[in-house]
Amino acid sequence: MIPLHVIQVTVNAVMAAERAASFTRRSIKASAKREGLRLAMSMLDLTTLEGKDSPDKARALCRKAVRPDPSIQDLPSAAAVCVYPSLVAVCVKELAGTDVRVASVATGFPSGQYPLEVRLEDVRRAVGDGADEIDMVINRGAFLAGRLGQVADEIRETRRACGKAHLKVILETGELETLDNARHASDLALAVLAEFEDHEDGVDFIKTSTGKVQPAATMPVTLVMLEAIRDHHAATGRRVGMKPAGGIRTAKQALHYLVMVKETLGDAWLSPALFRFGASALCNDIIRQYRWLARGVYAAGYDVSES
Amino acid sequence: MTPRLDVNKTYKLYIGGKFPRSESGRTFPVIGPAGQTVHACAASRKDLRDAVEAARAGLTAWSGATPYLRGQILYRIAEMVEGKRRELADAIDAASPARRAPRAKAKTKPPAGDAEVRLAVDRLVHYAGWADKFQQVLGCNNPVAGPYYNFTIPEPTGVVAVLAPDEAPLLALISLLAPVLAGGNTAVALASTRSPLPALIFAEACATGDVPPGVVNILSGDRAELLKIFAAHRDIDAVHAANLHSDHLAALRAGAAENLKRVTARSGVEWSDAPACHDPWWIEPFVEMKTVWHPAGA
Repeated sequence: MIPLHVIQVTVNAVMAAERAASFTRRSIKASAKREGLRLAMSMLDLTTLEGKDSPDKARALCRKAVRPDPSIQDLPSAAAVCVYPSLVAVCVKELAGTDVRVASVATGFPSGQYPLEVRLEDVRRAVGDGADEIDMVINRGAFLAGRLGQVADEIRETRRACGKAHLKVILETGELETLDNARHASDLALAVLAEFEDHEDGVDFIKTSTGKVQPAATMPVTLVMLEAIRDHHAATGRRVGMKPAGGIRTAKQALHYLVMVKETLGDAWLSPALFRFGASALCNDIIRQYRWLARGVYAAGYDVSES
Repeated sequence: MTPRLDVNKTYKLYIGGKFPRSESGRTFPVIGPAGQTVHACAASRKDLRDAVEAARAGLTAWSGATPYLRGQILYRIAEMVEGKRRELADAIDAASPARRAPRAKAKTKPPAGDAEVRLAVDRLVHYAGWADKFQQVLGCNNPVAGPYYNFTIPEPTGVVAVLAPDEAPLLALISLLAPVLAGGNTAVALASTRSPLPALIFAEACATGDVPPGVVNILSGDRAELLKIFAAHRDIDAVHAANLHSDHLAALRAGAAENLKRVTARSGVEWSDAPACHDPWWIEPFVEMKTVWHPAGA
């Protein structure tokens, strides 16, 4: 069933690109950069989503998330680790007693091309294993074919299956072809999530990409989704979180995104409760930049651990 | 008829196979090949950082390429430099007023700039030849008391900083750079501060010489300003320099101690002395010796 009030908003792609580019021209130096890097680290969903992931790699990732750089005292922990469902239990055990949350991709990530029952079971098991957050993928095939009711129903079912776990809805904008579609899919997801009574700030997120499809997160598409969240907040008063994922590899890019969030949604969203980065390489670049600020020396690749 | 406009090019940096301006936007005036004033970019610490990133990214492909291919590409650079002989010679002569004078007087005698370019091409050709041969000279098969073969094989050190002196702005740079590249390393070179143009024109030869992006990076700018950044950067594995001021050398060694960079600082080199500069031992400081035990079979 399609929520009735979802209307299709068109996006001016040229102006979206122009506006997004404007956020990359801010000068962020010294103490502001330092705080920006700390904030970015605290918003990081440190991610590993590879076929070769093993329990040991997941454990190493967890330790890295808790203490990204053992040589620097004041760098905060990452917000969460993000892993496949089979590694949730390992991470939950490793992260017990810390503030780092466990996020799991589910619903037949990354394609979602599985029967709905299988996808929902995927979610239930990840939640059963202790996942705090579930990253679901929408049914892009159904969306592009115009079966919006099916897309909405599946998001609704997944949200129910999550129980107390938070939900991030991955639109996979790289497969949605246009910014109009990205906006439409955002509005649809936001409308479905708004149906739930237990909706508090930060319980629900929308997320750009799986990271398995190019292009993944870009600034224009993230801007369009942030604007959908802004309009949703204006209309309903609900604060939904945002997670760009895939392709954000440098600390500088992360700062650009933070500027965009601040200037689109305001300070309330500058918190791990409402904004996350889905990334892996970003962590080490933040560490290297932070070390530069702390010591005035450029770090070598081998100075920081891999995972 | 409208008089033709002068084309006064600003000579760019060469980083990762591209020709960016300095991120700082700074330039400084230098005398161009035709005696006119042109501008070169004054690289900042961030340009240096970007160049090291590019060199690190380019290292896998270059160190993994076959030595034969590296030799071919060095030879191709030599060919490209040969094609830019006139431009390079003019740039060298323009930078050196003392050299311009005899050129005007004695028309039969080739100007000093041209001689320097020819020597530079010869040097590239020489090290192109060594690219797939120095391994036999520097490596060895070690005698051991057991049923094993024991080899020692030279492998590239990594990212090497090349700090060119002010004299012989092309020849000295190439003499320092060619052994580094032949050894399979990638380089971040700082051109002569006083006469950067020959090095920046050489960068254009590299760009058309099939050099993979990031293998050669060339910066122009103030040596005194950049030297400490070179010295302290932990992702630079070695330094090849010549005729450094003693203060600069001390600063370089102090910074290099931090991550155990290999520093090879030459002084008093006669750059036009080919037998002195054509030497596989110039490659040796920029390789790491790996010793391997292997069962002898039988």
